[in-house]
Amino acid sequence: MWLRLKWKVGTRMAPFDYIEIKVPAKPQYVGVARLTISGLASRLGFTYDEIEDLKIASSEAITNAVRHAYDEDEEGEIIIGCALYEDKLEIMVADHGQSFDFEETKKQVGPYTEQESDVQLIREGGLGLYLMETLMDDVKVHHEEGVTVFMTKYLGRERGEADVKQTAYS
Amino acid sequence: MNLQVDVQEKDCVHVFKIIGEIDAFTAPTLKEQLEKVADQPECQAVLDFKDVNYMDSTGLGVFVAFYKKVKAVNGSVKIVGLNKRLKRLFEITGLDDVVEIEMESGDTNGTV
Repeated sequence: MWLRLKWKVGTRMAPFDYIEIKVPAKPQYVGVARLTISGLASRLGFTYDEIEDLKIASSEAITNAVRHAYDEDEEGEIIIGCALYEDKLEIMVADHGQSFDFEETKKQVGPYTEQESDVQLIREGGLGLYLMETLMDDVKVHHEEGVTVFMTKYLGRERGEADVKQTAYS
Repeated sequence: MNLQVDVQEKDCVHVFKIIGEIDAFTAPTLKEQLEKVADQPECQAVLDFKDVNYMDSTGLGVFVAFYKKVKAVNGSVKIVGLNKRLKRLFEITGLDDVVEIEMESGDTNGTV
């Protein structure tokens, strides 16, 4: 595993710090990535509960990527890109191992449709995708040359009772 | 990022004390331990989550599979020691309506 830091200052978009992690698509690295994201979220000032939500949501995305690589019998790599803004954390998880241009990939990631969620995503993501959507403020999934999950959590938006009441099984 | 599962049998009740983090890497360990008793007739199990400091859908998946197996042999499963975070995970997924959850970790003899 290696860690790369890119500092983007004064670009055309709102300034943010970008951290990219690349890990082998193996289950033992899910926890390593989770701890890194936990550290970044803590640095941004998220609350304890928000950090726990982020840990679960990002682990779900990374676990899906590991499973996907396993199903395909690939010895792939997973890229986890984190963009730290003043008011939010954006996390991108890609299972095709290619380092990406964060801004470019973000543009290509559209909201996924009902159709997709019924057919492909639920089967692939299952409960994991449901948890990502419940625990994050925004989740988008992009299928092209592998799967890219893009999710956002804003500072100071505690997910309340309304989110807890909707259930997967009932 | 490790998981330890201590199993004790007391008055025909299997008590699983789960310690650590349950994720994609450690879930198979838990699954293996649970499956040792899952198909015993009228299996009674207590899962103690008091020292679980992280769990995601992989852990829930293992739990649901175990729960189904135990129910198939007319057994019972009780969960004890859930902290606020884990309780929320069970609530979000609706599992709290399905399984017996005891909020205080303590007396485990009263399993039905």
